[in-house]
Order: sequence, then C-alpha cells, then structure tokens
Amino acid sequence: MARIVLHSDLNSFYASVETVLDPTLRGKAVAVCGSTEDRHGIVLAKSDLARKAGVKTGMANWEAQRCCPGLLILHPQYEQYVKYSRLAREIYQRYTDRVEPYGMDECWLDLTGCRCVDGLAVADEIRKTVHEELGLTVSIGVSFNKIFAKLGSDMKKPDAVTVISEENYKEKVWPLPASELIYVGPATTRKLATYGIHTIGQLAAAPPEFLKQRLGVNGVAIWRYAAGLDTSRVMHQDYDVPIKSIGHGITCVQDLLNSEEVWRVMLMLSQDIGHKLRANDFNAGGVQITVKDNALGWRQYQAPLEVPTQLPLEIARRARALFDKQYDWRLPVRAVTVRAIKLSPKSQPVQMLLYDDPVRREKRERLEDAVEDIRSRFGKSAIYSACLMGNLKMPGLGVHEVNLPGMMFQ
Amino acid sequence: MENKIYVEVLASFDPGGVMLPVLLTWEDGHTYEIDRIVDIRQAAAMKAGGSGDRYTVRIKGKESFLFFERNASLRGNNIGRWFVERKSQG
Repeated sequence: MARIVLHSDLNSFYASVETVLDPTLRGKAVAVCGSTEDRHGIVLAKSDLARKAGVKTGMANWEAQRCCPGLLILHPQYEQYVKYSRLAREIYQRYTDRVEPYGMDECWLDLTGCRCVDGLAVADEIRKTVHEELGLTVSIGVSFNKIFAKLGSDMKKPDAVTVISEENYKEKVWPLPASELIYVGPATTRKLATYGIHTIGQLAAAPPEFLKQRLGVNGVAIWRYAAGLDTSRVMHQDYDVPIKSIGHGITCVQDLLNSEEVWRVMLMLSQDIGHKLRANDFNAGGVQITVKDNALGWRQYQAPLEVPTQLPLEIARRARALFDKQYDWRLPVRAVTVRAIKLSPKSQPVQMLLYDDPVRREKRERLEDAVEDIRSRFGKSAIYSACLMGNLKMPGLGVHEVNLPGMMFQ
Repeated sequence: MENKIYVEVLASFDPGGVMLPVLLTWEDGHTYEIDRIVDIRQAAAMKAGGSGDRYTVRIKGKESFLFFERNASLRGNNIGRWFVERKSQG
C-alpha cells in the first residue's frame, strides 16, 4: 500500500508570527532581521509584500532597505517563534504520532496506517485549523514519500495544498529544475549541469551507477529521490536524534585581530561545550574548528585529541593549536566555531599514554567538577577564568532553542 | 487605539487543573460576573493580534470572547495574561 506523507510549511514564518502578534503590520512590507550592532544584520524572514519588492532572505539589512524603501525592520522574538512552532506541531499531532520537524517552520507527517486515510482531506483540515487557531497560513504537500511531499509544499503558496501522487508525479515533479530537490545544492547543481542533467526527470533517467561514480553515495541518494523511490521514514515525535558532535560558534561584534583574542573566544565557547559534554556523558575524541574571516571566506580544520576528554581547557588548547598552525592571518577573524567531535561515552575505558600525567588530569577533572557545582548553584557566570574578563568582542549569548535541519532520517 | 485590552480576571482551578474565569474587571474598574462559559477553544485573535485559549463567555446575557494568552517562558508563576478585543468604534 502506498504511504501517505504530508509536508507542512508555515509560510514566511517569523514575519507571519510578527503580523499575528501585531495586526497593524498586516499588509505592510515587513522583514525580521538580526541586529546590525551585533553584526548579525541580515534578513531572516520577510512578508509577502517585502518579497515582491525584491527582499531576499540572507540579504544585508541595508541592501533590503535599498530595494524596498519603507521596509519595516523588526527584531526577532525567538521565544514567540518557538511557542508558535510548538502550537503548530501540537495540531499535527492530533492526526499522527509520526511528526518530524525540519527546522522551526516545517514538519513531515506520516499518516500511513492512521484512522484518517484521506491525505488531501487531512491536509485541508490542518490548513484551516492552523489558520483558525494560530492565525498563520501553511502550505502542505501530500505525497507517497517525504521528498515529493516537500516539493509539493513549495509548489503553491501560501495557504494551499498540493497533491503529488504516484499517478501524476511524472508530470508535476520531473519538469522541475534539479536544484529544487532536497540536498541538491549549488555545487551539485553545477556538477549535474556539466553532464547535461538539468531537471529532476533527467536526474531520474540517469544511470545510478554513473551518478555513484561521479557524486559518490550522495549521487545514488538523489537519484532515488528523483525517481520517487525514497523510503526514508518520518521519525516518531519522541525520537531524539543521536548526538554526533557538540559545537558552539559565534560571530564577534568586532573583528579579532590576533591569536590571543581568538584564544579567549575559543576558551569561552569551550566552557559551554564542556558543560554539554558533561550533561550528555560524552568524551570528545577530537576537535574541529571553523574560522570565518571578515571577507566571509571560511575554513574548517580538525584534529584528534590524544586522550578523550570533556575538559574545556583541553578542548580550547587543541582548538588554539590547530588555529595557530593553520590560519595565515591574511585577514582578521570574524566568526569562530569550536566543535567536539568523535564522541564516545564517558564510561568507555581510555588508553593511557606513556608520557601523560594521569594524576594531574584527574586533579583537573576534580577542579572542573567543583566549577560545575558552583555554576549549578550560583549561575553560569559565578565563576570563570580571569582571562575571560573584559571585552571578548562577543555579543550577548542568545540562547536559540532551534533544531536546525540535519541529515535525512533513514 | 489599541485593540487588545489586558484585563484582570479572577479564575478558579478545579482539582483536574482546568482553569475557568469567574470575574472580569474592565479597564474602567467595573467588575462583571461571568454567568456561563459557552465554549473553549484555541483560536487566533484576528483583531487584537496574538492567539490563545478563547473562552466564549456570557455576561449579563451577552456573549463575548475572553482570551487567555500563555506566556512563552516555561517556568515562573507568571503563566499568561487574559485579554479581550475592543469592540469596533461607532
């Protein structure tokens, strides 16, 4: 039996929530933007009118204002977006327990085997309910796999339902450009174009062996997507994605000019990483850093840790060593990310090193225990390294309760 | 004029945790007793903005909407606010 999969997309989500909260914004060109002072000043979402005036997500604030004079710029209210995202998910969960979020504003729903088997009717009901209860609009794709459901939700916007069935997908999906397909980014699009593959239909018609040869496993995956053979499941609402890495990154308010400044930012970021490793009972087996210069070019480097650890200091030191070795300082640094990778459970036995001092390591761990304990009782800023005092050129650490889209759940 | 009016409400909680409004104090200080709750549902307040649990209440024979807007934060004893929509002028 064919599956019934829905993909629901809340239309221009941030901007719509702002309009729901303040109806006087209705019918105006509105954009939700990051703060210019913190140098996050890009368009995060825009209303329909702003889009028509040419405002695009990711544009710098000044660019957006130039192409749409009179544009109202709003600061994001993340807690409200999280609230509305949850409320929408609650509506979806009335129909099925398999609801998989993809970012804040998108969800897949699997209705296979549920009481209501008419996908179109459910989609229509959801569309109406979301509008009545939350004042937001959604566009929904109904199909027999996740990939086509997502394509469907992009076809008609806003407040609409599109059905892509086993009967009509060849007419509806195959003429679309290959870049519309999930996981076909600009680089893959360019590569496909050199082989004369421009549409999803052409991709589906290409021999999978050839794609595997040219694009690796991803080539076969996108071929399956294009041919309508995707069988990936919609994850259960209680499913937690296994943690593969723990990272923290930040765009600094001013450019970092020397290694010492970068070090302090790395040490600060490592504090949170250490805390999260501890909370999840992991040891890091390696460190990865991403460095963005002020021309927005970025590089990523990684290196193993000799002994798996959760100590912030050791992670930060490894990150710094990696940075000092690799970065050429042709340009000042704008953004830094530190990530703990190759995670292993804390309980896993560790091979000791001949030239390491395990006693010292144990002492450091106990010290870190004490720091953690103080922080849990008196707050995060109750105790920290003296070198982290003063201006770190880091913006106020906003907590974003957002699951960013990751790899497809298999 | 602002269409969203936050009002003071006296509410009761039954042992099952269901919250029901009992008394409503209007912005001029006048207090009204809620005679009956006709309907409770999640709804968007199209005129005032926002959304929440919409109580259709009957006060002195007249029906109107009373919204409970939940706070976005997860803890604390400030769990949300009650509001009504201003009737259109004229």
